[in-house]
Parts: sequence; C-alpha cells; structure tokens
Amino acid sequence: MAAQAKEVKGPGRRPMGPAEKIDHPGKLFFRLFSYILQQYTLHCIIVVLGIIISVLANVQGTMFIQSLIDDYIKPLSQSANPDFGPLAAAIGRVAVFYLIGVLSNYLYNRLMVNVTQGTLRNLRNEMFVKMESLPIKYFDTHSHGDIMSMYTNDIDTLRQMVSQSIPQFINSFVTIISVFVSMLILSIPLTGVTLAMVALSLFVTKRLAGLSGSYFMAQQRDLGGLNGYIEEMISGQKVVKVFCHEEESVSEFNRKNDALFESADNANKFANILMPANAQIGNISYVLCATIGGLLALNGVFGFTIGKLVSFLTFNKSFSMPINQISQQLNAIVMALAGADRIFALLDEEPETDEGYVELVNAVEAADGSLSESKGHTGTWAWKHYHKDTQSVTYQKLKGKVVFDGVDFGYREDKLILHDIKMFAEPGQKIAFVGATGAGKTTITNLINRFYDIQDGKIRYDDINVNKIKKKDLRQSLGVVLQDTHLFTGTVEENIRYGKLDATKEEVIQAAKLANADGFIRRLPDGYDTMLTGDGASLSQGQRQLLAIARAAIADPPALILDEATSSIDTRTEKLVQQGMDRLMKGRTTFVIAHRLSTVRNSDCIMVLEDGRIIERGTHDDLIGKQGKYYQLYTGKVSNDLAG
Amino acid sequence: MIEVLKTLGAQVKEYKKDSILTPVFMILEVICETVIPLLMASIINDGVEKGDMNHIYLVGAAMVVMAGLGLFTGIMGGKYGARASTGFAKNLRKAMYENIQTFSFSNIDKFSTSGLVTRLTTDVTNIQNAYQMILRMCMRAPASLICAMAMAFYVNARVSVIYLAAVIILGIILFALVKRTMKYFDQVFRRYDKLNESVQENVTAIRVVKAYAREEHEKEKFSKASQNIYKMFVKAESLIVLNNPVMMFTVYTCIILISWLGANLIVGGSMKTGDLSSLLAYCMNILMSLMMLSMAFVMITMSIASAERIAEVLNEKADIVNPQHPVMEVADGSVSFEHVHFSYRRDAQDLVLKDIHLEIRPGETIGMIGATGSAKSSLVNLICRLYDVTDGAVKVGGRDVREYDLDVLRSEVSVVLQKNVLFSGTILENLRWGNQDATEEECIHACQLACADEFIQKLPDKYNTYIEQGGTNVSGGQKQRICIARALLKKPKILILDDSTSAVDTATDAKIRKAFAEVIPGTTKFIIAQRVSSISGCDRIIVMENGQVNGFGTHEELLESNEIYRDVYESQISGSGDFDEEGKE
Repeated sequence: MAAQAKEVKGPGRRPMGPAEKIDHPGKLFFRLFSYILQQYTLHCIIVVLGIIISVLANVQGTMFIQSLIDDYIKPLSQSANPDFGPLAAAIGRVAVFYLIGVLSNYLYNRLMVNVTQGTLRNLRNEMFVKMESLPIKYFDTHSHGDIMSMYTNDIDTLRQMVSQSIPQFINSFVTIISVFVSMLILSIPLTGVTLAMVALSLFVTKRLAGLSGSYFMAQQRDLGGLNGYIEEMISGQKVVKVFCHEEESVSEFNRKNDALFESADNANKFANILMPANAQIGNISYVLCATIGGLLALNGVFGFTIGKLVSFLTFNKSFSMPINQISQQLNAIVMALAGADRIFALLDEEPETDEGYVELVNAVEAADGSLSESKGHTGTWAWKHYHKDTQSVTYQKLKGKVVFDGVDFGYREDKLILHDIKMFAEPGQKIAFVGATGAGKTTITNLINRFYDIQDGKIRYDDINVNKIKKKDLRQSLGVVLQDTHLFTGTVEENIRYGKLDATKEEVIQAAKLANADGFIRRLPDGYDTMLTGDGASLSQGQRQLLAIARAAIADPPALILDEATSSIDTRTEKLVQQGMDRLMKGRTTFVIAHRLSTVRNSDCIMVLEDGRIIERGTHDDLIGKQGKYYQLYTGKVSNDLAG
Repeated sequence: MIEVLKTLGAQVKEYKKDSILTPVFMILEVICETVIPLLMASIINDGVEKGDMNHIYLVGAAMVVMAGLGLFTGIMGGKYGARASTGFAKNLRKAMYENIQTFSFSNIDKFSTSGLVTRLTTDVTNIQNAYQMILRMCMRAPASLICAMAMAFYVNARVSVIYLAAVIILGIILFALVKRTMKYFDQVFRRYDKLNESVQENVTAIRVVKAYAREEHEKEKFSKASQNIYKMFVKAESLIVLNNPVMMFTVYTCIILISWLGANLIVGGSMKTGDLSSLLAYCMNILMSLMMLSMAFVMITMSIASAERIAEVLNEKADIVNPQHPVMEVADGSVSFEHVHFSYRRDAQDLVLKDIHLEIRPGETIGMIGATGSAKSSLVNLICRLYDVTDGAVKVGGRDVREYDLDVLRSEVSVVLQKNVLFSGTILENLRWGNQDATEEECIHACQLACADEFIQKLPDKYNTYIEQGGTNVSGGQKQRICIARALLKKPKILILDDSTSAVDTATDAKIRKAFAEVIPGTTKFIIAQRVSSISGCDRIIVMENGQVNGFGTHEELLESNEIYRDVYESQISGSGDFDEEGKE
C-alpha cells in the first residue's frame, strides 16, 4: 500500500520567495480577516483606534514644529522681553498628546499579541480537530511533510502577517492619509512635487521587484532542487560509500550548488538595491521640496513660511517611508496568504462521514437472555439500536460474526483492488489471509473497521450493516495490531493504557503479562515509567510489537485484527511475540494476516489472496490436499517450470 | 565560539573582496546620508533666511550629487553584500558536502541523516542571512549612529547631550528587553517544537488513533498543549511589544526637550533656526540605527546555534582514510578474521564483537544466522572496511584490509546493505552505480541472476523505468532484487548479502541462490538471513550470538551440535515451516 511506504520527511521546507499563485487573494484575505474579527471584535476595534490615535499624536507633534518656529521662536526672538510661558504651555500640550500616543501604541501592540496568538491557537486547534476527523484516504493522498508544513511554516508566516504586516499596513495607511492631509494644508504645490517623487519610487520598486521576483523564483527552484538532492544523497550516503560513488556525487552537487549561487546572488542583489534606491529617491524629493519651498518661502508666495517648510520637509520624509513599507509588506502578505490558502483548504476538507446510529454498550444479560445496559465494564457487549419510528431502543448481544458479501473496493474509483470478496466469520473463529504483497490482505482488514468505504457489496457485523454502526463504536469493538507499530511520546504505561484510558496500573501490568511484555518492561531503566520518544525509538522492533499487543489486550475487544509484520524480527523474539498473540486471540473472532505458519495452521479458515481475489479457501489440511497455491507457498517448493 | 568563527570564516575564500567592499560601501552610503541634513540646514540658514537664492541652488545641487553618490554606494553595497553572503553560503555547503563524502560509516552514524540534511539546508540559510546582516546592517547601523551623533554635536554640542543620554538609556533598555525575551523565546520555541512533534506523531500514527477511536483523547491533549503555548507566547511577546512604545517615548522626549532648549537658544541668539531642523532630522537617524542594532543582535544570536552545528560537520575528521602506500590489487576472495574485537565507540567497554576468529576460503558460500543484535551485520561490515576493528585484524586475500586502497577494496568486496536505497533515475542508471561502463547486456544479465529481469520486463518502460526518490514506486522485494543486481555488476571477488532477500518470496529466493551457485562459483559469498531455508544449503554456516561465534560448520554439523541452530531450524522447518509471502508491505 502506497500510504505505508511513504516516508515521513520532517517538516517540509518551503524556501522564502515571492509569488506562489493564489486564485482569489481578495476573498482569502477577507476570509482570514473575518476569521480574526469573529473572535476578537472588540480587540480589533480598540487596535484600530489605538493605531489612529498613535499616528495622530505623531502628526500633531510634527505640525507643532511649524508653529514652534513661526508662532513662538520668531516672535520671541523679536521681542525685547521674551515670555516663555505660552511656549511652555504649548510644549506641555504636545507632551500630553505624545504621552497619549505612546500609551495607545503600547495598548494596541499588547492587544495584538492576544489577537495574533489567540487566532493562531484557534487555527491550530481547528486544524488538529479537523485533521483527526479526516478519513484515512486524506493521509494516503497528502504527504506527511506537507501536512506538517502547515503546522510549522504556514502558521509561522501567518504569525508574522497577523502580528506585524496587518497592523503595519493599517498604521501606514493611516499615516499616509493624515500626512497627506497635513501636507495639503501646508502647501499644495509641494504636495504635488512629493507625489510625483512617490510615483517615481513606486515605479522603480515595481521594476526592481519584478526583476528580483523572477530571480527569486529561480532561486526557489534551485534551492528546491539542491535540497532534494541533498536529502536523497545524504539518506543514501552509506550506499554512496559502498559503491565508491563520492566523486560523482560531489560533481553533481557542485553543479546544483553553483546554479543556486547564481540565482540567489541575483535575487538578493536586486532586493538589496531596492532600499537604497528608494531612500535616495526620498532624498531627492526632499531636496526638490527644500529648493522649491525655499523659493516659495523667500518670496512669500501663498503665504508660505520657513516654519511651514521645516514641517513640510519632516512630512515629506514620513510620507515616502510608509509607502515603501506597504510595498514591502505586500510580499509578506502574499506569502502568508498562500499559507492561509493551504490551511483553509485543510479546514474545508470533508470529514469522515458517519451516518451510523447503532452504538456499542456494556450490557448485563439477565437469566432469561434479555439484555440491559450497564455503566461499568461487564465483559458483555451489546449493540444498541435506536428506532426512530417507534422512539424505542433494542439491544442485541455482540457476538463477533463478520460477513463480507460480494465486496468490491479500490482506493481510487477507477481502479479496483478487491473483487467480489465473500467471507463468513462465525463468532470466535480465526480467519487467516495469506498471499503476496499487493494481493489485498491489509486492505480487507481496513474495510472491516471502515478506514475506507467499499464500492460495492455489503459488510455485516452481527448481521448489522457496518454502515449503520457508529464508527467510534465499530472501531472500539475491534482490537487492532497493525503492521507498522506506532507508539506515542509518553511512558510505557501510558502507551499501554492507550487501549483503555481508565485502566488501573494492575490492568496495565496484566495486559503486559498477557502480551509477554512484562519481562522486558521491568528490565527498562524506569520500568513502566520509562519515557518513550520518537515512536519508541529506544526499543527494538520486537519490543514495540509486544507493547502494541499489550495495548490491544487491555482494550479487551470482542474481535481482533492482527496485521503482523515480523520479517524484521528474528525467530527467537518472534516466538515471544507469537505467544502473546496466541493468548490474545483466545475466544475472539480474529482476522490474521499471517507470516508464520504456526499462526495460520490452526485457523478455522485460510483465505489465499491473489490480485484482489480469493483464489483458495479452506482449512490447512484442505488446502494442502488441494496442492494449489497454498501448498506451493507452504512447502516453498517450486514446480519445475517455475524454477526455469 | 572563536573556534567556530574561525572554522566558518575560512570558507569565505574568494568572496573576501566582496566581504570587505560591502561594509566600505555601506559606510560611504551612511556618510552621504549624514551630510544631506547638514546641507539641508545650510539651505535654511544661509539660503532661505538670508534670501540668497544662489546659495539654495548651489547647495541644492550639492545635495543632488550627494543623493546620487548615496545611490551609487548603496547599490554597490547591496550588490557586493548579496555576492558575499550567497557565495559564503555556497562555499559552506560545498565544504560540508565534500567533507561528508570522506566520512566513514561511524562518522555518518554520529550525525544521523536528518541532522546532516538540516545542517546543509536550514542552517546554511540562517548563516547566509546573518552574514548579510552583519556585513550590511552591523556596519551601517553603528556608522550611522556615530555619524549622526558627530554631526549633532557639530551642530550644537549642548543640545546634543540630550541624544547621548537618550542613546545610552535606550540602549540599556533595549538590550535588557532583548536579552529577557530571547530567554523566553528559547523556551517557547522548544515547547513549540514539542507540539509539532506531537502533530507529526498523530499524522504518522493516524491509523492507531482511529483504530482505537481515540480522536477525542488526542484533541484534548492537543488543545491543552496548544493553550500552554499560547500563554507562553503571550508572555514573551508582551515583553517584545514594549520595544515600540519605549522607542517612541524616547523619540518624543527628545523632540520636546530639543524644542524647548532649541527655542531658548535661538531666542538667546546662540543657535540658528536651520540647526533646529537638522537636529530633529538626526534624531530619527540615531534612534533608527539603535533599533536596527537590536534587531541584528537578535538575529545573530539566533544563528549562533546554526554556526556551531555547521562547524561540527566541518571539523569532523574522517576516521577511515587511505593508507600511505595502498595495495592496489586484491589477490583472491579469502577472508580471515584474526581475534577481532569491535566496538562502535572508541571505548572498548562496550564490545559488539568479541574475539572473532574465522578462516574463509575463496569461493565458499557462508551463511549467517542469529538473533537481532547478535552483530551479524557488524561482522560483515568489517570486511570492506566500513568500520575499523578495535582490536585484531581482518584480512582479505591474505592482507590486512587497512593496507588496501579503499576504492579497490570496496569494488572487490560488494555489500548489499540491509537498509538499501535506490536513487532517483532510471533502473539502468541505478544499476550502473555498480559499474559505470556496463553495457545494457551486462546489466540485463545481472538482473537475470538476481531474478529482477522478470519483473523489469513487465514494466512499461522496462530498463528505462524511472525510479522515484527512495524507490517508492517499486515494492520492497523488487527493490532488493535491483540492489542485488547492482552489487553483482561490480563483479566482486566477495559478495555480501545482508538480509537482502527478506522481502523476496521463498521461491524466488531459492532461484537467486541457485543462480549464484551456478554462475559465480568463484565468488566468496556471505548470506545473512532470518530464514533457515535461505542458508541451509551454504557450504558453512556461522551462528552468531551476542557478538560471538556460537557455531561454525555445515548445516548437518550444526543440527547435530548447535542448540541455537537446531532450535531455530525446528521452529521454522520441521515444526511448522516458514511460510513467507512476499515479505511485508
């Protein structure tokens, strides 16, 4: 199965660079914005107000410098007996406004922290909740690296956008408006000059950004190529050594490395030129305004004064700055939107549907055979049917009978993997599947617990169509030991308890003993409290398998699916695993994908699969007698024509 | 730390010129920028106020020239900065990659694959950005600070004392803030990584989660951890957001003080109006450069860890190197282990192999069996010197493996590793790893021997079928067979199969062994396997147990005398038979 072969490659790296294409940036931006607003309406209003106040406080200060020179310094220097009282009062007023500005600046920045982090937390939680609800198919069709990259890269770029880009955007916008208005008040012709220079700077920015953008794309491509090569070659480094392939490996690396250098050099060069270019255009704008303004003030045209000129020049500086900032932020916003796009795509995924209504409950069986529901664990299970039409509830004892009736299935609609599978498992029976890789053994077991939905036919569990059983209850009635053992970060005890969350320590130990795991657990440095990390990396394959069996044992399920993978386990360890499995299987309906004959031999029925079809079925003796495929596999003997 | 910088610094190489020119141009740019407000003041003082239009034109022209110069120096600084930093990154990657190629297996084991990949990718990018930051910002910001300060003092020393005080106070506050937040962020990011690890765990183990219907349990766990991160982030960022208001407060205080003092001085006649406006202009310059410095400081501190990781790779010395006068020919396929002791680590406390003493004749087929961890792979890995013995000697063709040229030894001793990989490329390209000059016929022949030809012929593009990275588009058994064919193409004197047919079905396995016996009888073969059926036909069989040879002899001899062998044999063959489909998926 492709899904299991897929290797998990850490969080995917997406190199920095502009322009991943998004279809509806406006719509996406609006969605993100309303997502934030929904949860933080009040916060957002205060933040916007705070930004406006803090910008206005800044502007009033700059305006004051004009009146400082024109209205205070000039008259004062001309008067014989200067009175500094009014000036002190004016400066005091400005100081108060400044203070308000500083406070509101702090306020909105502080609130933004909550908005940003809160939004990210909510997004993360929603993503995770959605992820847990997705069908297995989603995980088959999306690489694990890509999924991880949403939690790491995409959330990180979003953090930058929400916490920095958006407030800065609003800030710049308010600044531009207020500075523009102030400039208009001070001098209309000079405002015209400033605008013309801003237009020039925007033009230059666009040209340079276009140039560097195409190089950034090339850089991204080359970086991707190089990183891919590095990952592949370093993963296979031992093979490179064994085949003395070092020189070839280096020469190809150098080719890719040089290509990356070329494109990265160019991309960075143009990005670096952008800042000084804009700064100098700003300076020239300053010079032009100073010269023209000087002329105007000197000749007293339009009542222009030196004080006004000084103020205007300050505005001139603070006008081009926010415009450059916005153009810089745009890039960050586009990148973040690309991430938001992926995140929303995940949130929009269809969750696993569950139209089932039959529940699994603990039950007590009365002497007359009637069942009643019980809160505690009784060891007896019942299916609880709720009848809508009569508003009544009936119970049916869980027995563990599983029937496949003409089941067809394919991972993709157009390509069937299983054809017309018919199978009957009576309660307590052991059914084994054997056959070559890709014959469909694991797939069949995946259908019983509805990891996938079938294309045609019916699967019945105790004569109930599995579609009618709530997925959660269906899965809890089936213990599973999967081919790939996965453990979680936590103690050994917690990992076993995963099968039954409210299990006591005694139950955990009991389950471990049943699975033959107690012995090695006790020899671990901290026994049952030993911390496992990285999927139980410190344990051997066999030990992990034993823990997985213990985990299934503690759940005490009425039916079992054992998909064993013991080819990497040596025979002696395998014996231990086998004993654990055998004890677990006793008295339960069991589906087993077998590797070892001892497991298969005493099965009630053995299904031999080939290319998605059951080609032989029967007991061990039947099949040996038949001298067919099973006989061939069993004896390892090859008929002469096969050996060629 | 100094050592780390030295190691990394040595890789600047041909980009030294760019690395020096960048800060030079940056400083020149700063000077241009500082002069401009000065000229500005002159326009107001001597031009506008005195009504001297000529002066305005003259100084205005000078300002345009300065702006032009600023533009030129800025562009040059940007250009050289880009070249220096990307070139430095290129050299770092190259040096690391080349050094990794010399690594022995034990060097590779020390770092782990993902560790090496991160160092070559993310860490280098971090360093590239930090280097550019250092060359451009770290020169620019202090230069700009000093220039602006000097000019402010030049304009009016008494008023400028305010700046000096402001810079010192602000500097201390920013530094303290950055230091505290760094500490917080360190913690936050570590937790954050943990959270992402748990997501990763959920992604890989989604089948377990679903099979046990534990979605609710996982959601609860996650939302708790997520809330924790939220709290820590808010705590850390609450400190960071102080930066902005503190900065603003300082700027505003300066403006107010200067306005007041300036007004007094102008009225008193000891300062000109133009000076006031230049002083206010320098105010922004000074404080912006302080801000930039604190930013650069954060970035550089963050990249120190990357620098250390890169230096580790660069400083790692390969522990297996060619001898001074290497032997260039392997006489025959005989192998002898002479009292070999081996440990993966240098301390002999933890021996993996203990006193191995074996003689193997050329052309013999040797089976090896034993529990996981019994050191079967470790033993065969010594033959082609993937690791060096701790004590004793391994001899191939009668000479110590340490005397051979490594390339010669490894072409004569071909190993099919347990964890084998195919590379992206066609099947033919993969096969030619074994022998670059192999003709297509030779490749097909090798595949026929390894029973790979039969399935390759069924593929749509046959031998030109493209293998995806990691060989994900062929099954485990098919991959193993291609790997065996690749090893055969070397035409080695010794062939080692380290559990190389575990995913191949029993029948095919038997066919491969039969082909080996018939077609390459002269090659010494080592076959490690879990299945007794895979090795029972070997000339002699080694039974390994806990790093020691427990038994060595023919199948019959071992059945007679060796308990472990008998035990395994009975559980697999006589008891029930090993029943193997085509391995695990």
